Amino acid sequence: MTLHRPHSPHRPHRPRRVLAVASGGGHWIQLLRMRPAWEGCEVVYASTRPTDRDEVAGAPFRVVPDANRWVKWRALWCGIRVALLVVAQRPDTVVTTGALPGYFAVVTGRLIGARTVWVDSVANVDELSMSGRWAGPHADLWLTQWKHLSTPDGPTYRGTVFG
Amino acid sequence: MSMLTAHQLLGLPPQSAVRVLVTVGTELPFDRLVRAVESWATTRGHTDEVLAQVGASDEPPGAIAWTRFLDGPRFREYFNGADLVIAHAGMGTILSALQFGRPLIVMPRLAQFGEHRNDHQLATARRLSELDRVDVAFDEAELLGRLDDHDLTPREPIGPYADEQMISALRGAIRDSHELR
Repeated sequence: MTLHRPHSPHRPHRPRRVLAVASGGGHWIQLLRMRPAWEGCEVVYASTRPTDRDEVAGAPFRVVPDANRWVKWRALWCGIRVALLVVAQRPDTVVTTGALPGYFAVVTGRLIGARTVWVDSVANVDELSMSGRWAGPHADLWLTQWKHLSTPDGPTYRGTVFG
Repeated sequence: MSMLTAHQLLGLPPQSAVRVLVTVGTELPFDRLVRAVESWATTRGHTDEVLAQVGASDEPPGAIAWTRFLDGPRFREYFNGADLVIAHAGMGTILSALQFGRPLIVMPRLAQFGEHRNDHQLATARRLSELDRVDVAFDEAELLGRLDDHDLTPREPIGPYADEQMISALRGAIRDSHELR
């Protein structure tokens, strides 16, 4: 029997824990533009670029390996490191703008029972990214930033990072 | 001593000297863009005013100052001080230019020249140009034309964050995760 427990007696008033993941560069800049969404939460950031730490001074920051799906051993290493990060952090929610590290974060986040959010990069205008097409079906919230790319089966359109 | 070596030995030019910043992102080289700006700067006598961030280029320019990478603080210094930024059509640069009100011209990387794995920068540039978010030069000839008559007016700046619709959708997902546990 499953009990609905909105306020768990084991973890009273525990702040929500968010893992925000993106590859360095455009993906990371888009992720940072979403910061008000996790205001008041315990957030841990992860990027592929060590220097991105400076952008989130004060918040915990982890580096994950850079990879794309073209170099398979590198992708595998990225997947392992991201999975270890997700398991260690045990976030309530995983939020990512991609690319490949975000895909692994969504898949492993789902495995540990976290809520997962994939926001496809605004750079994907004509079609979703490959990582997005892989990750989207696993995500609880799957967003595109272009209305014409939204479909009834996902992704959906809920605004853009342009602000 | 070649010009190229001189630039490397002297280090980066002072920020006040750099009127035009060229940036291609940190991943792949984009020599077609760098060479076009170099040739414009040479013909128009602006070689001392340009700094090019060229990434993993095999053929860095000889006539203008260049560097492979710029760290965050350095990048912001040159980015905010320049009268004009010329870049690949990467979203990071486009969003930063909009947020900090910098005049920007982008040229999309093309897969046919091995500048990217696909032509998504072309698609992004086309769409954002239609939406009047950015000035686009689709090839070198167009870039040279734009460099000569660019009026250096940036777009209306955007705020530092995503729009309210997106923020509230994300907030909803984060709040729900708490209620489920």
